[in-house]
Amino acid sequence: MEWETVIGLEVHVQLATKTKIFSAASTAFGAEANTQACAIDLGLPGTLPVVNEEAINMAIKLGFGINAEINKINVFERKNYFYPDLPKGYQTTQLAKPIVGAGHMDIALEDGTVHTVRIHHAHLEEDAGKSLHEDFHGMTGIDLNRAGTPLIEVVTEPDMRSAKQAVAFARKLHAIVTTLGICDGEMSQGSMRFDVNVSVRPKGQTTLGTRTETKNLNSFRFMERAINKEVQRQIEQIEDGFEIVQETRLYNGDTDEARSMRTKEEANDYRYFPCPDLLPVIIEESRLEKLRAEMPEMPEVRKARFINELGLSDYDAEILSAEAATANYFETVVQSGGDAKLAANWVMGELAKTLNQNDLTIKNCPVSAQVLGGLIARIKDNTLSGKIAKQVFEALWQGEGATADEVIEKKGLKQVTDTGAIEAIVDEVLAANPAQVEQYLAADEAKRGKMVGFFVGQIMKASKGKANPGMVNQLLKQKLG
Amino acid sequence: MVIDPTTIASIAHLARLSLSDDEVQLASGKISAIMGLIDEMQSVDTNGVEPLAHPLDAVQRLRSDEITEINQREELQANAPAVEKGLFLVPRVIE
Repeated sequence: MEWETVIGLEVHVQLATKTKIFSAASTAFGAEANTQACAIDLGLPGTLPVVNEEAINMAIKLGFGINAEINKINVFERKNYFYPDLPKGYQTTQLAKPIVGAGHMDIALEDGTVHTVRIHHAHLEEDAGKSLHEDFHGMTGIDLNRAGTPLIEVVTEPDMRSAKQAVAFARKLHAIVTTLGICDGEMSQGSMRFDVNVSVRPKGQTTLGTRTETKNLNSFRFMERAINKEVQRQIEQIEDGFEIVQETRLYNGDTDEARSMRTKEEANDYRYFPCPDLLPVIIEESRLEKLRAEMPEMPEVRKARFINELGLSDYDAEILSAEAATANYFETVVQSGGDAKLAANWVMGELAKTLNQNDLTIKNCPVSAQVLGGLIARIKDNTLSGKIAKQVFEALWQGEGATADEVIEKKGLKQVTDTGAIEAIVDEVLAANPAQVEQYLAADEAKRGKMVGFFVGQIMKASKGKANPGMVNQLLKQKLG
Repeated sequence: MVIDPTTIASIAHLARLSLSDDEVQLASGKISAIMGLIDEMQSVDTNGVEPLAHPLDAVQRLRSDEITEINQREELQANAPAVEKGLFLVPRVIE
Protein backbone atom coordinates (compact mmCIF):
# COMPACT_ATOMS: atom_id res chain seq x y z
CA MET A 1 0.00 0.00 0.00
CA GLU A 2 1.16 3.52 -0.65
CA TRP A 3 1.35 5.69 2.48
CA GLU A 4 1.17 9.40 2.98
CA THR A 5 3.01 11.13 5.83
CA VAL A 6 1.37 14.03 7.66
CA ILE A 7 3.51 16.33 9.80
CA GLY A 8 2.72 19.27 12.04
CA LEU A 9 5.34 21.19 14.01
CA GLU A 10 5.52 23.02 17.29
CA VAL A 11 8.63 25.18 17.36
CA HIS A 12 9.99 26.81 20.49
CA VAL A 13 11.93 29.92 19.58
CA GLN A 14 13.96 31.48 22.38
CA LEU A 15 13.65 35.24 22.18
CA ALA A 16 16.84 37.29 22.25
CA THR A 17 15.81 39.60 25.08
CA LYS A 18 18.35 40.69 27.69
CA THR A 19 16.04 39.76 30.55
CA LYS A 20 13.44 37.13 31.35
CA ILE A 21 9.82 37.38 30.26
CA PHE A 22 8.52 38.18 33.77
CA SER A 23 11.62 39.23 35.70
CA ALA A 24 14.64 41.50 35.21
CA ALA A 25 17.21 38.69 35.61
CA SER A 26 19.66 38.11 32.74
CA THR A 27 19.05 35.48 30.06
CA ALA A 28 22.73 35.22 29.00
CA PHE A 29 23.78 31.68 28.06
CA GLY A 30 26.40 29.73 29.99
CA ALA A 31 26.38 31.49 33.38
CA GLU A 32 27.22 29.64 36.57
CA ALA A 33 24.23 27.66 37.91
CA ASN A 34 21.46 29.67 39.56
CA THR A 35 23.27 33.00 39.35
CA GLN A 36 20.62 34.35 36.95
CA ALA A 37 17.54 33.12 38.80
CA CYS A 38 15.84 35.73 40.94
CA ALA A 39 12.96 35.48 43.42
CA ILE A 40 10.35 35.69 40.62
CA ASP A 41 12.02 32.92 38.58
CA LEU A 42 12.17 30.79 41.71
CA GLY A 43 8.45 31.29 42.29
CA LEU A 44 8.92 32.57 45.83
CA PRO A 45 5.75 33.73 47.60
CA GLY A 46 4.95 37.42 47.42
CA THR A 47 6.62 38.07 44.07
CA LEU A 48 4.80 39.69 41.18
CA PRO A 49 5.69 39.02 37.53
CA VAL A 50 5.83 42.01 35.16
CA VAL A 51 5.82 41.44 31.38
CA ASN A 52 8.97 42.36 29.42
CA GLU A 53 8.03 44.87 26.72
CA GLU A 54 10.72 43.60 24.37
CA ALA A 55 9.27 40.07 24.45
CA ILE A 56 5.94 41.52 23.33
CA ASN A 57 7.64 43.51 20.55
CA MET A 58 9.57 40.48 19.32
CA ALA A 59 6.44 38.32 19.28
CA ILE A 60 4.68 40.96 17.19
CA LYS A 61 7.58 41.08 14.72
CA LEU A 62 7.42 37.31 14.40
CA GLY A 63 3.70 37.68 13.68
CA PHE A 64 4.48 40.13 10.86
CA GLY A 65 7.20 37.77 9.56
CA ILE A 66 4.77 34.85 9.25
CA ASN A 67 1.92 36.88 7.76
CA ALA A 68 -0.22 36.53 10.86
CA GLU A 69 -2.89 38.50 12.66
CA ILE A 70 -1.81 40.09 15.95
CA ASN A 71 -4.34 39.68 18.76
CA LYS A 72 -4.59 43.11 20.30
CA ILE A 73 -5.88 41.65 23.54
CA ASN A 74 -3.90 38.66 24.70
CA VAL A 75 -3.96 36.81 27.96
CA PHE A 76 -1.44 34.81 29.99
CA GLU A 77 -2.65 31.59 31.59
CA ARG A 78 -1.27 29.06 34.03
CA LYS A 79 -0.55 25.53 32.83
CA ASN A 80 -0.35 23.48 36.00
CA TYR A 81 2.00 20.55 36.50
CA PHE A 82 4.66 19.48 38.94
CA TYR A 83 8.27 19.07 37.94
CA PRO A 84 11.35 20.17 39.92
CA ASP A 85 12.65 22.48 37.16
CA LEU A 86 9.34 24.40 37.29
CA PRO A 87 9.40 25.77 40.83
CA LYS A 88 6.07 27.63 40.65
CA GLY A 89 4.11 24.45 39.90
CA TYR A 90 2.79 26.04 36.70
CA GLN A 91 4.14 27.41 33.46
CA THR A 92 2.90 30.84 32.51
CA THR A 93 1.82 30.56 28.88
CA GLN A 94 -0.99 31.56 26.53
CA LEU A 95 -3.84 29.36 25.38
CA ALA A 96 -7.20 30.88 24.48
CA LYS A 97 -5.89 34.31 23.51
CA PRO A 98 -2.34 34.00 22.15
CA ILE A 99 -0.50 37.10 20.93
CA VAL A 100 -0.10 35.84 17.34
CA GLY A 101 -3.09 34.42 15.49
CA ALA A 102 -3.33 32.41 12.27
CA GLY A 103 -0.71 33.01 9.58
CA HIS A 104 1.20 31.18 6.88
CA MET A 105 4.66 30.60 5.46
CA ASP A 106 5.64 29.61 1.93
CA ILE A 107 8.44 27.09 1.49
CA ALA A 108 10.32 26.33 -1.71
CA LEU A 109 10.42 22.62 -2.50
CA GLU A 110 13.20 20.80 -4.32
CA ASP A 111 11.16 20.52 -7.54
CA GLY A 112 10.91 24.31 -7.63
CA THR A 113 7.25 24.52 -6.55
CA VAL A 114 6.09 26.59 -3.61
CA HIS A 115 4.19 24.97 -0.76
CA THR A 116 2.16 26.93 1.79
CA VAL A 117 2.23 25.85 5.43
CA ARG A 118 -0.54 27.33 7.55
CA ILE A 119 0.37 28.55 11.04
CA HIS A 120 -2.34 27.86 13.61
CA HIS A 121 -1.06 30.48 16.08
CA ALA A 122 2.05 31.47 18.07
CA HIS A 123 2.04 32.12 21.80
CA LEU A 124 4.39 33.57 24.38
CA GLU A 125 5.49 31.49 27.34
CA GLU A 126 8.31 30.99 29.80
CA ASP A 127 10.97 28.31 29.60
CA ALA A 128 11.64 25.92 32.50
CA GLY A 129 14.95 25.34 34.28
CA LYS A 130 17.28 22.41 33.71
CA SER A 131 17.48 19.13 35.58
CA LEU A 132 20.93 17.58 35.81
CA HIS A 133 20.64 13.86 36.26
CA GLU A 134 24.30 13.20 37.00
CA ASP A 135 24.81 11.54 40.29
CA PHE A 136 24.48 13.89 43.22
CA HIS A 137 24.34 11.10 45.85
CA GLY A 138 21.17 9.73 44.30
CA MET A 139 19.64 13.21 43.91
CA THR A 140 18.94 15.45 40.91
CA GLY A 141 20.54 18.89 40.53
CA ILE A 142 18.40 21.85 39.45
CA ASP A 143 19.68 24.93 37.61
CA LEU A 144 17.02 27.62 37.24
CA ASN A 145 19.02 30.08 35.10
CA ARG A 146 16.85 29.21 32.09
CA ALA A 147 13.58 29.40 34.07
CA GLY A 148 11.56 32.35 32.82
CA THR A 149 13.46 32.80 29.54
CA PRO A 150 10.95 34.07 26.96
CA LEU A 151 9.87 31.63 24.27
CA ILE A 152 7.50 32.03 21.40
CA GLU A 153 5.96 28.74 20.37
CA VAL A 154 4.94 28.54 16.73
CA VAL A 155 2.28 25.91 16.06
CA THR A 156 1.64 24.83 12.47
CA GLU A 157 -1.31 23.05 10.91
CA PRO A 158 -0.54 19.46 9.78
CA ASP A 159 0.49 20.76 6.35
CA MET A 160 3.81 19.04 5.71
CA ARG A 161 4.02 15.75 3.82
CA SER A 162 7.64 14.67 4.23
CA ALA A 163 10.63 15.08 6.54
CA LYS A 164 12.23 17.22 3.82
CA GLN A 165 9.27 19.62 3.82
CA ALA A 166 9.38 19.85 7.61
CA VAL A 167 13.09 20.66 7.47
CA ALA A 168 12.48 23.25 4.73
CA PHE A 169 9.88 24.89 6.99
CA ALA A 170 12.24 24.79 9.98
CA ARG A 171 15.09 26.34 7.98
CA LYS A 172 12.82 29.08 6.67
CA LEU A 173 11.57 29.88 10.17
CA HIS A 174 15.20 29.96 11.34
CA ALA A 175 16.00 32.42 8.54
CA ILE A 176 13.02 34.60 9.51
CA VAL A 177 13.74 34.79 13.24
CA THR A 178 17.46 35.48 12.74
CA THR A 179 16.70 38.14 10.12
CA LEU A 180 14.22 39.76 12.51
CA GLY A 181 16.91 39.64 15.21
CA ILE A 182 14.43 38.12 17.68
CA CYS A 183 16.43 34.90 18.19
CA ASP A 184 20.16 34.20 18.03
CA GLY A 185 19.43 30.99 16.10
CA GLU A 186 22.05 28.99 18.02
CA MET A 187 20.52 25.54 17.74
CA SER A 188 23.27 23.83 19.75
CA GLN A 189 22.38 26.07 22.69
CA GLY A 190 18.71 25.19 22.38
CA SER A 191 17.62 28.54 20.93
CA MET A 192 15.25 26.70 18.59
CA ARG A 193 13.65 23.39 19.56
CA PHE A 194 11.20 21.35 17.51
CA ASP A 195 8.37 19.04 18.54
CA VAL A 196 7.16 17.00 15.56
CA ASN A 197 3.69 15.51 15.27
CA VAL A 198 3.74 12.63 12.82
CA SER A 199 1.02 10.36 11.45
CA VAL A 200 0.61 8.21 8.34
CA ARG A 201 -2.46 7.31 6.28
CA PRO A 202 -3.15 5.38 3.09
CA LYS A 203 -2.66 7.70 0.14
CA GLY A 204 -5.97 9.27 -0.83
CA GLN A 205 -7.54 9.01 2.63
CA THR A 206 -8.70 12.39 3.93
CA THR A 207 -9.03 11.68 7.65
CA LEU A 208 -5.86 11.85 9.72
CA GLY A 209 -4.18 8.80 11.23
CA THR A 210 -3.30 8.59 14.94
CA ARG A 211 -0.31 10.80 15.60
CA THR A 212 2.68 10.65 17.87
CA GLU A 213 4.70 13.59 19.10
CA THR A 214 8.50 13.49 19.24
CA LYS A 215 9.75 16.24 21.49
CA ASN A 216 12.73 18.52 21.80
CA LEU A 217 14.71 18.01 18.59
CA ASN A 218 17.42 20.62 18.37
CA SER A 219 18.97 20.18 14.94
CA PHE A 220 17.63 20.01 11.39
CA ARG A 221 19.50 16.77 10.81
CA PHE A 222 18.08 15.08 13.93
CA MET A 223 14.62 16.31 13.01
CA GLU A 224 14.80 14.77 9.54
CA ARG A 225 16.11 11.47 10.90
CA ALA A 226 13.59 11.34 13.76
CA ILE A 227 10.67 11.91 11.36
CA ASN A 228 11.83 9.31 8.84
CA LYS A 229 12.39 6.80 11.60
CA GLU A 230 8.94 7.43 13.11
CA VAL A 231 7.21 7.18 9.72
CA GLN A 232 8.94 3.87 9.10
CA ARG A 233 7.93 2.59 12.55
CA GLN A 234 4.28 3.58 12.10
CA ILE A 235 4.02 1.96 8.67
CA GLU A 236 5.57 -1.26 9.98
CA GLN A 237 3.22 -1.27 12.99
CA ILE A 238 0.14 -0.87 10.81
CA GLU A 239 1.29 -3.39 8.21
CA ASP A 240 1.95 -5.87 11.02
CA GLY A 241 -1.64 -5.41 12.17
CA PHE A 242 -1.04 -3.15 15.19
CA GLU A 243 -2.68 0.16 15.94
CA ILE A 244 -0.72 3.35 16.48
CA VAL A 245 -0.90 4.52 20.07
CA GLN A 246 -1.10 8.27 20.58
CA GLU A 247 2.00 8.99 22.63
CA THR A 248 4.88 11.31 23.33
CA ARG A 249 8.23 10.00 22.15
CA LEU A 250 11.87 10.90 22.71
CA TYR A 251 14.57 10.73 20.06
CA ASN A 252 18.27 10.57 20.87
CA GLY A 253 20.25 12.07 17.99
CA ASP A 254 23.58 10.69 19.20
CA THR A 255 22.44 7.06 19.19
CA ASP A 256 19.67 7.46 16.55
CA GLU A 257 17.25 5.72 18.94
CA ALA A 258 13.65 6.61 19.73
CA ARG A 259 11.42 5.45 22.55
CA SER A 260 8.02 6.11 24.08
CA MET A 261 7.94 8.65 26.92
CA ARG A 262 4.27 8.61 27.92
CA THR A 263 1.00 7.56 26.37
CA LYS A 264 -2.10 9.71 26.17
CA GLU A 265 -3.82 7.88 29.04
CA GLU A 266 -1.08 9.05 31.36
CA ALA A 267 -1.13 12.55 29.88
CA ASN A 268 -1.52 15.42 32.26
CA ASP A 269 -4.64 17.43 32.82
CA TYR A 270 -3.08 20.87 32.92
CA ARG A 271 -6.08 22.73 34.38
CA TYR A 272 -5.36 25.99 32.54
CA PHE A 273 -6.79 29.20 33.91
CA PRO A 274 -6.01 32.91 33.36
CA CYS A 275 -3.06 34.00 35.51
CA PRO A 276 -4.44 36.30 38.23
CA ASP A 277 -0.99 37.93 38.65
CA LEU A 278 -0.97 39.23 35.09
CA LEU A 279 -3.51 41.52 33.47
CA PRO A 280 -4.50 41.19 29.83
CA VAL A 281 -1.87 42.67 27.50
CA ILE A 282 -3.39 45.32 25.27
CA ILE A 283 -1.52 46.15 22.09
CA GLU A 284 -2.12 49.63 20.74
CA GLU A 285 -2.22 50.35 17.02
CA SER A 286 0.66 52.83 17.53
CA ARG A 287 2.91 50.01 18.74
CA LEU A 288 2.07 47.93 15.67
CA GLU A 289 2.84 50.86 13.38
CA LYS A 290 6.17 51.54 15.05
CA LEU A 291 7.22 47.89 14.82
CA ARG A 292 6.03 47.57 11.23
CA ALA A 293 8.33 50.45 10.33
CA GLU A 294 11.24 48.62 11.97
CA MET A 295 10.78 45.42 9.96
CA PRO A 296 13.96 44.46 8.08
CA GLU A 297 14.06 42.99 4.58
CA MET A 298 12.78 39.40 4.89
CA PRO A 299 14.83 36.47 3.53
CA GLU A 300 12.43 35.87 0.63
CA VAL A 301 12.67 39.46 -0.54
CA ARG A 302 16.42 39.44 -0.06
CA LYS A 303 16.75 36.25 -2.08
CA ALA A 304 14.79 37.77 -4.95
CA ARG A 305 17.02 40.85 -4.84
CA PHE A 306 20.18 38.69 -4.91
CA ILE A 307 18.83 37.01 -8.05
CA ASN A 308 17.50 40.08 -9.83
CA GLU A 309 20.01 42.75 -8.86
CA LEU A 310 23.19 40.76 -8.26
CA GLY A 311 22.63 38.09 -10.90
CA LEU A 312 23.06 35.14 -8.53
CA SER A 313 21.64 31.71 -9.30
CA ASP A 314 18.55 30.59 -7.40
CA TYR A 315 20.66 28.09 -5.46
CA ASP A 316 23.34 30.61 -4.44
CA ALA A 317 20.72 33.22 -3.52
CA GLU A 318 18.85 30.72 -1.35
CA ILE A 319 21.96 29.77 0.63
CA LEU A 320 23.24 33.31 1.03
CA SER A 321 19.89 34.77 2.14
CA ALA A 322 19.00 31.99 4.59
CA GLU A 323 20.80 33.49 7.55
CA ALA A 324 20.93 37.15 8.36
CA ALA A 325 24.56 37.05 9.50
CA THR A 326 25.68 35.37 6.27
CA ALA A 327 23.54 37.64 4.09
CA ASN A 328 24.89 40.78 5.76
CA TYR A 329 28.47 39.54 5.46
CA PHE A 330 27.97 38.67 1.82
CA GLU A 331 26.50 42.08 0.99
CA THR A 332 29.47 43.84 2.58
CA VAL A 333 31.86 41.64 0.58
CA VAL A 334 30.01 42.58 -2.62
CA GLN A 335 30.19 46.27 -1.75
CA SER A 336 33.91 46.32 -1.06
CA GLY A 337 34.90 43.65 -3.61
CA GLY A 338 32.81 44.85 -6.53
CA ASP A 339 31.89 41.41 -7.89
CA ALA A 340 28.81 39.52 -6.69
CA LYS A 341 29.58 36.20 -8.35
CA LEU A 342 33.13 36.10 -6.97
CA ALA A 343 31.83 37.18 -3.56
CA ALA A 344 29.22 34.39 -3.62
CA ASN A 345 31.81 31.78 -4.59
CA TRP A 346 34.18 32.87 -1.85
CA VAL A 347 31.59 33.14 0.92
CA MET A 348 30.04 29.75 0.10
CA GLY A 349 33.35 28.12 -0.82
CA GLU A 350 36.69 28.96 0.79
CA LEU A 351 35.19 30.95 3.68
CA ALA A 352 32.49 28.41 4.58
CA LYS A 353 35.00 25.57 4.31
CA THR A 354 37.55 27.28 6.55
CA LEU A 355 34.90 28.30 9.10
CA ASN A 356 33.71 24.70 9.19
CA GLN A 357 37.20 23.30 9.65
CA ASN A 358 37.77 25.64 12.57
CA ASP A 359 34.32 25.11 14.07
CA LEU A 360 33.51 28.81 13.77
CA THR A 361 30.47 30.68 12.50
CA ILE A 362 30.36 33.79 10.36
CA LYS A 363 29.67 35.87 13.47
CA ASN A 364 33.15 35.15 14.87
CA CYS A 365 34.99 34.95 11.55
CA PRO A 366 38.56 36.29 11.89
CA VAL A 367 38.49 37.73 8.34
CA SER A 368 36.05 40.64 8.16
CA ALA A 369 33.74 41.14 5.17
CA GLN A 370 35.61 44.34 4.20
CA VAL A 371 38.93 42.48 4.17
CA LEU A 372 37.54 39.61 2.09
CA GLY A 373 36.03 42.23 -0.24
CA GLY A 374 39.51 43.78 -0.56
CA LEU A 375 40.90 40.39 -1.55
CA ILE A 376 38.19 39.91 -4.18
CA ALA A 377 38.92 43.34 -5.63
CA ARG A 378 42.49 42.12 -6.26
CA ILE A 379 41.22 38.99 -8.04
CA LYS A 380 38.92 41.09 -10.14
CA ASP A 381 41.65 43.52 -11.24
CA ASN A 382 44.00 40.60 -12.08
CA THR A 383 46.51 41.35 -9.34
CA LEU A 384 45.90 37.83 -8.04
CA SER A 385 45.10 34.51 -9.63
CA GLY A 386 42.46 32.40 -7.92
CA LYS A 387 45.11 30.05 -6.63
CA ILE A 388 47.33 32.74 -5.12
CA ALA A 389 44.22 34.41 -3.70
CA LYS A 390 43.71 31.31 -1.58
CA GLN A 391 47.23 31.76 -0.17
CA VAL A 392 46.45 35.38 0.62
CA PHE A 393 43.20 34.32 2.29
CA GLU A 394 45.09 31.76 4.36
CA ALA A 395 47.52 34.48 5.46
CA LEU A 396 44.67 36.85 6.33
CA TRP A 397 43.00 34.08 8.34
CA GLN A 398 46.26 33.54 10.26
CA GLY A 399 46.46 37.27 10.96
CA GLU A 400 49.59 37.78 8.85
CA GLY A 401 48.30 41.09 7.56
CA ALA A 402 45.40 43.45 8.07
CA THR A 403 44.41 43.69 4.39
CA ALA A 404 44.91 41.68 1.22
CA ASP A 405 47.12 44.46 -0.19
CA GLU A 406 49.40 44.28 2.82
CA VAL A 407 49.79 40.50 2.44
CA ILE A 408 50.41 40.76 -1.31
CA GLU A 409 53.07 43.40 -0.71
CA LYS A 410 54.77 41.54 2.14
CA LYS A 411 54.90 38.21 0.37
CA GLY A 412 55.51 39.48 -3.16
CA LEU A 413 52.46 37.63 -4.49
CA LYS A 414 51.49 40.05 -7.18
CA GLN A 415 50.37 38.24 -10.32
CA VAL A 416 52.63 38.65 -13.32
CA THR A 417 50.64 40.29 -16.10
CA ASP A 418 53.66 41.60 -17.98
CA THR A 419 53.50 39.87 -21.39
CA GLY A 420 57.26 39.89 -21.83
CA ALA A 421 57.92 38.20 -18.51
CA ILE A 422 55.27 35.53 -19.09
CA GLU A 423 56.46 34.94 -22.62
CA ALA A 424 59.99 34.28 -21.35
CA ILE A 425 58.67 31.62 -18.98
CA VAL A 426 56.52 30.05 -21.70
CA ASP A 427 59.50 29.84 -24.03
CA GLU A 428 61.61 28.35 -21.28
CA VAL A 429 59.07 25.64 -20.54
CA LEU A 430 58.52 24.76 -24.21
CA ALA A 431 62.30 24.54 -24.76
CA ALA A 432 62.72 22.28 -21.75
CA ASN A 433 60.04 19.84 -22.91
CA PRO A 434 60.64 19.15 -26.62
CA ALA A 435 59.16 15.63 -26.47
CA GLN A 436 55.81 16.90 -25.13
CA VAL A 437 55.75 19.66 -27.73
CA GLU A 438 56.24 17.07 -30.48
CA GLN A 439 53.47 14.87 -29.07
CA TYR A 440 51.17 17.86 -28.86
CA LEU A 441 51.77 18.87 -32.46
CA ALA A 442 51.17 15.30 -33.66
CA ALA A 443 47.92 14.91 -31.71
CA ASP A 444 44.32 15.40 -32.92
CA GLU A 445 42.62 18.68 -32.21
CA ALA A 446 40.30 16.84 -29.80
CA LYS A 447 43.13 15.60 -27.60
CA ARG A 448 45.10 18.82 -27.56
CA GLY A 449 42.92 20.52 -24.97
CA LYS A 450 43.92 18.03 -22.34
CA MET A 451 47.57 18.09 -23.34
CA VAL A 452 47.86 21.83 -23.07
CA GLY A 453 47.16 21.44 -19.34
CA PHE A 454 50.62 19.96 -18.91
CA PHE A 455 52.30 23.10 -20.23
CA VAL A 456 50.06 25.40 -18.19
CA GLY A 457 50.95 23.42 -15.08
CA GLN A 458 54.70 23.68 -15.78
CA ILE A 459 54.47 27.40 -16.47
CA MET A 460 52.45 28.10 -13.32
CA LYS A 461 55.01 26.11 -11.37
CA ALA A 462 57.91 28.02 -12.90
CA SER A 463 56.21 31.33 -12.10
CA LYS A 464 55.35 30.14 -8.58
CA GLY A 465 51.69 30.49 -9.50
CA LYS A 466 51.98 34.19 -10.21
CA ALA A 467 51.51 34.13 -13.98
CA ASN A 468 48.06 35.21 -15.13
CA PRO A 469 46.45 31.96 -16.34
CA GLY A 470 44.43 33.69 -19.06
CA MET A 471 47.55 35.20 -20.58
CA VAL A 472 49.44 31.91 -20.29
CA ASN A 473 46.74 30.11 -22.25
CA GLN A 474 46.69 32.76 -24.92
CA LEU A 475 50.45 32.76 -25.37
CA LEU A 476 50.56 28.96 -25.50
CA LYS A 477 47.94 28.93 -28.21
CA GLN A 478 49.95 31.40 -30.28
CA LYS A 479 53.24 29.56 -29.85
CA LEU A 480 51.96 26.01 -30.36
CA GLY A 481 49.97 27.08 -33.38
CA MET B 1 -23.58 19.12 38.86
CA VAL B 2 -22.04 16.51 41.15
CA ILE B 3 -18.28 16.15 41.50
CA ASP B 4 -17.92 12.52 42.55
CA PRO B 5 -15.26 11.24 44.96
CA THR B 6 -13.22 9.65 42.13
CA THR B 7 -12.89 13.02 40.39
CA ILE B 8 -11.99 14.68 43.70
CA ALA B 9 -9.30 12.04 44.30
CA SER B 10 -7.77 12.59 40.85
CA ILE B 11 -7.82 16.38 41.17
CA ALA B 12 -6.20 16.02 44.60
CA HIS B 13 -3.51 13.84 43.03
CA LEU B 14 -2.84 16.43 40.28
CA ALA B 15 -2.53 19.15 42.94
CA ARG B 16 -0.33 16.84 45.07
CA LEU B 17 -2.79 17.01 47.98
CA SER B 18 -3.00 14.05 50.28
CA LEU B 19 -6.64 13.54 51.27
CA SER B 20 -8.04 10.76 53.44
CA ASP B 21 -11.17 8.91 52.26
CA ASP B 22 -13.27 10.94 54.68
CA GLU B 23 -11.79 14.17 53.37
CA VAL B 24 -12.48 13.08 49.78
CA GLN B 25 -16.16 12.49 50.70
CA LEU B 26 -16.35 15.85 52.48
CA ALA B 27 -14.75 17.72 49.56
CA SER B 28 -17.05 15.97 47.08
CA GLY B 29 -20.10 17.25 48.93
CA LYS B 30 -18.80 20.80 49.40
CA ILE B 31 -17.52 21.23 45.86
CA SER B 32 -20.73 19.80 44.39
CA ALA B 33 -22.62 22.48 46.33
CA ILE B 34 -20.37 25.17 44.85
CA MET B 35 -20.97 23.72 41.39
CA GLY B 36 -24.67 24.18 42.04
CA LEU B 37 -24.05 27.87 42.60
CA ILE B 38 -22.04 28.03 39.39
CA ASP B 39 -24.85 26.28 37.46
CA GLU B 40 -27.19 28.98 38.73
CA MET B 41 -24.79 31.73 37.61
CA GLN B 42 -24.49 30.14 34.19
CA SER B 43 -28.23 30.49 33.66
CA VAL B 44 -27.76 34.27 33.56
CA ASP B 45 -28.06 35.69 30.04
CA THR B 46 -24.60 37.05 29.12
CA ASN B 47 -25.26 37.61 25.43
CA GLY B 48 -23.38 40.67 24.26
CA VAL B 49 -21.19 40.78 27.36
CA GLU B 50 -17.45 40.67 26.61
CA PRO B 51 -15.76 37.76 28.50
CA LEU B 52 -13.47 39.00 31.24
CA ALA B 53 -9.97 37.57 31.68
CA HIS B 54 -9.32 39.49 34.88
CA PRO B 55 -11.60 41.08 37.50
CA LEU B 56 -9.57 44.30 37.55
CA ASP B 57 -10.47 46.86 34.94
CA ALA B 58 -6.83 47.58 34.15
CA VAL B 59 -4.17 46.77 31.57
CA GLN B 60 -0.88 44.99 32.04
CA ARG B 61 2.02 47.40 32.47
CA LEU B 62 5.14 46.51 30.53
CA ARG B 63 8.70 46.57 31.84
CA SER B 64 11.69 47.78 29.81
CA ASP B 65 14.22 45.08 28.95
CA GLU B 66 17.00 46.02 31.39
CA ILE B 67 18.82 43.76 33.82
CA THR B 68 18.21 44.93 37.38
CA GLU B 69 18.18 41.58 39.16
CA ILE B 70 21.75 40.66 39.98
CA ASN B 71 23.08 37.40 41.38
CA GLN B 72 21.66 36.64 44.82
CA ARG B 73 22.27 32.93 44.79
CA GLU B 74 23.65 32.76 48.28
CA GLU B 75 20.64 34.44 49.90
CA LEU B 76 18.16 32.58 47.71
CA GLN B 77 19.69 29.20 48.50
CA ALA B 78 20.05 29.90 52.20
CA ASN B 79 16.82 28.07 53.06
CA ALA B 80 17.09 25.31 50.44
CA PRO B 81 17.28 21.87 52.09
CA ALA B 82 20.17 20.69 49.89
CA VAL B 83 22.55 22.54 47.57
CA GLU B 84 25.68 21.45 45.73
CA LYS B 85 27.89 23.22 43.17
CA GLY B 86 25.32 26.01 43.03
CA LEU B 87 22.50 23.57 42.16
CA PHE B 88 19.36 22.94 44.16
CA LEU B 89 19.23 19.23 44.98
CA VAL B 90 15.90 17.42 44.83
CA PRO B 91 14.91 13.75 45.13
CA ARG B 92 16.04 11.90 42.01
CA VAL B 93 13.87 12.52 38.96
CA ILE B 94 13.66 9.73 36.41
CA GLU B 95 12.74 10.69 32.84
